[in-house]
Amino acid sequence: MSVERTYQDINERIKKGKAVVLTAEEVISKVKEKGVTRTAQEVDVVTTGTFGPMCSSGVFLNFGHSAPRIKMQKVWLNNVPAYSGIAAVDAYLGVTELPEDDPLNSNYPGEFRYGGGHVIEELVARKPIKLKATSYGTDCYPRREIETTITLDEINEAILFNPRNCYQNYNCAVNLGDRTIYTYMGTLKPRLGNANYSTSGQLSPLLKDPHFKTIGIGTRIFLGGGMGYVVWNGTQHFPGTLKDGNNRDLCGAGGTLSVMGDLKQMSPRWLVGTSFRGYGATLTVGVGLPIPILNEEILYYAAKTDEELYAPIVDYSDAYPNRKPGNLGLVSYAELKKGTIRIMDKEVPTGPLSSYPRAREIAHILKEWIEKGDFLLGEPSQLLPGPAAGLSGKPLNEKE
Amino acid sequence: MAPEKIVLRFSAETADKPIIYHLVKDYDLIINIVKASINPHKEGTMVLELSGEKYKEGISFLRKQGITVQPLTQEVVRNEERCTSCGACTVHCPTQALYMERPSMEVKFDGDNCIVCLMCLKVCPVQAMEVRI
Repeated sequence: MSVERTYQDINERIKKGKAVVLTAEEVISKVKEKGVTRTAQEVDVVTTGTFGPMCSSGVFLNFGHSAPRIKMQKVWLNNVPAYSGIAAVDAYLGVTELPEDDPLNSNYPGEFRYGGGHVIEELVARKPIKLKATSYGTDCYPRREIETTITLDEINEAILFNPRNCYQNYNCAVNLGDRTIYTYMGTLKPRLGNANYSTSGQLSPLLKDPHFKTIGIGTRIFLGGGMGYVVWNGTQHFPGTLKDGNNRDLCGAGGTLSVMGDLKQMSPRWLVGTSFRGYGATLTVGVGLPIPILNEEILYYAAKTDEELYAPIVDYSDAYPNRKPGNLGLVSYAELKKGTIRIMDKEVPTGPLSSYPRAREIAHILKEWIEKGDFLLGEPSQLLPGPAAGLSGKPLNEKE
Repeated sequence: MAPEKIVLRFSAETADKPIIYHLVKDYDLIINIVKASINPHKEGTMVLELSGEKYKEGISFLRKQGITVQPLTQEVVRNEERCTSCGACTVHCPTQALYMERPSMEVKFDGDNCIVCLMCLKVCPVQAMEVRI
């Protein structure tokens, strides 16, 4: 008998402590042993996880009012500028923002040892952060300058808001050129010296629900060690399907999430300041999504293995920077995880950028939260567009 | 006897002499050249792993040639708390001192295989690798 469940059914079982929850790894072995139909009857929720660099992250902060009051037209946190064209004493600090005196790439390749992501990590670690603000004076906000320190617990709000996180799938990056290049996919040695990839494959949230049958506005998630929400589709959300040479569907590609949560609940273990030599600073973010097993089809995709999930191999010396279409072939996550792959008849060592052990830990934590009844599933008020919506990226064309 | 890691410093006058040849030929020492470089002033630095029965004689030969011999005290350490086990370092470590354990995909660090090339300090995205002097 095929199974049909609702969010309410599952949440009732979670409240009673009866929900059967498996991580995305555990459900793979279960399906291998019992098949999709029987496993779907037994399992209520599958948990996923990913822990990798996610540039589009940042935090909205409200500092509280000083006496006399200041509008805070310009704001710096540990010398890193935050965007303050918002309401008085509010600012948004993005993780790729750099100190104004950073040498950037003028001494190539630059180090980018400290940026907005590092400030957020220190903030969430409860370290004191230097706050500097300047402003023009007004009758209600007369003050023109303030320099002090803040800590996360002393300020009013700190809301992590990441407009493009949790990429569904990603390129496996290589370098066909003859010099070392420094990219957001790490340092790539010349002449196919290494191949870097960055998803947790069979644990990766959006690869396990490729048609967005369960993920939408209001989906409750693990975010940075606390509870967060999917609040919209991410920017550049172009969900599609990766196809093989025979136009056969392989797996998901191109979806992204916009996520939000209370930074005060989070932990520096799951928000880590990150630097890419020659490229810039960012933040490594931990995200985990629960997938409610509403029916067999959802389980079928949630149980996909590293052998069935693929990444396109892309040259970052020429094709990627110059936006040339095409790739050097597809490679499965199972092959990538073995440590070497074959490209153009060369054995190439593979290096991940996202942590598989930490992704596994996230899936386990989320499972534990649900089993304990601390985490109920959020039923989306609207699902995100899936591949059927036919969304695709617009190029930026220069005009006269 | 486990090989000793030592740093040799050659002056411009000694940098072009076949010193290592004599260590092998005359003192029967086992040598692994970890790192070698010559600066613009033609002075040389070499990091060696050295072992053999005539180790002491070999060292005194080096000193007689005017070469400075010091133990290698620089050491690369991993900040275990900071390391996220992402694995970005593993494709850049030339001796596999940093490697992925499979199937767990945990990153391991074997300091005995480290040749202090410092590549990991450059490629680690979370600055988990540190050098101790």
